[in-house]
Amino acid sequence: MSVPLTLLGLLERGPSHGYDLKRDYDMFFGRGKPVRYSQVYATLSRLARDGKAVAGPVEQGAGPERRRYLITDDGVEDVERWLTEPAPPEPDLQSELFAKVVLALLLDRPADQYLDIQRAAHLERMRALTELKRSGGTLDLLLADHSIYRLEADLRWMDHTAARLDMLKQEVGR
Amino acid sequence: MSGGIQPASAGQAAGTTAMVKIIEARNLVRSFGETPALRGASLRVSPGEIVAVMGPSGSGKSTLLHCLAGILVPDEGEVWFGGQRLDTLSDDRRSTLRRDRFGFVFQSGQLVPELTAEENVALPLLLSGTRRGPAMTAARKWFPVLGLDGLEGRRSGELSGGQAQRVALARGLVADPEILFADEPTGSLDSMSGEMVMNLLTAAAREHGTTVILVTHDARVAAYADREVIVRDGKVSTLTGSEP
Repeated sequence: MSVPLTLLGLLERGPSHGYDLKRDYDMFFGRGKPVRYSQVYATLSRLARDGKAVAGPVEQGAGPERRRYLITDDGVEDVERWLTEPAPPEPDLQSELFAKVVLALLLDRPADQYLDIQRAAHLERMRALTELKRSGGTLDLLLADHSIYRLEADLRWMDHTAARLDMLKQEVGR
Repeated sequence: MSGGIQPASAGQAAGTTAMVKIIEARNLVRSFGETPALRGASLRVSPGEIVAVMGPSGSGKSTLLHCLAGILVPDEGEVWFGGQRLDTLSDDRRSTLRRDRFGFVFQSGQLVPELTAEENVALPLLLSGTRRGPAMTAARKWFPVLGLDGLEGRRSGELSGGQAQRVALARGLVADPEILFADEPTGSLDSMSGEMVMNLLTAAAREHGTTVILVTHDARVAAYADREVIVRDGKVSTLTGSEP
């Protein structure tokens, strides 16, 4: 996910301090992977340098110096373009799962055992995500569903692969 | 979700007898004609556990469930339930056992079309000899629990697939069974309805300490269970969680 464009998108709602942007980013997108303050401020500086945002005047207060950032028309255009572009539908065609199965077959190791171990790990993760859905809020549910459907796709691939191992073994053994 | 579930009766809470097996299959062999379905399948389930039985089509998972539930008798091997050998019981005694101590939910609700939803739910109690009044009262209690308020008088043709399956779930649970056998309980439902049924099924089972043996090919459904086993070529492999 693009952190700069996501922050820029959050900025489009209205002028914000870096502190507020980090809070909102973590709340919506940072589950399990919060963005660092240093990354937020470095990103805002780059966005300002590139004309996507402008920094307001320093606001004096009791705490450290703060300034609000505003999105520019250029920045709004970037967000708009990004939201209409599809994300890459298959970023990992040569996945680790695929590599391990093929290698196991090439080396005459038990690919079916590897698939069982992987299946168990996937199901365990799926169970944790299902629990998250049960106990979390709507955003947790949305996020967990996304991961669950991806895991399900992997599991279906594992089932198909397990059913074809003999055929695949002959193929890679040629 | 669990707020509306009825409280478990005393002594039924899951985990109180963690080392005890409520049901066990030992080396089951079962063929249909020349076609073997089970080739030495073994499974042990503890009280209050929710176990998903997975496996490809034709792997024998439904046959295993039917043998455990006493619907089918294995050609070889043993089925034990609560310290009692189940597979050697007469048809009548197995039938009584199923009626009094087991609950069932199948892929399509299999509701009796001539009966109303509440009569369908009350059916196991009526068949066990409970008088109509108390049976209907017990049945009606499940309607708000499963989000079926106001549908008590409808017949199965007037219910959506998800509603009918929740009525079937209520019917499976109304007699407070020790084990609920569920065979692809969400198989005919869309993903949202299936999710609702699974949430309700697992919440009700955990609340009552009901053991659930759930056959599914769907990993998303299996993820509601405490652990999964996979049936492959008529045998059972444990994938996740340690068998208690």
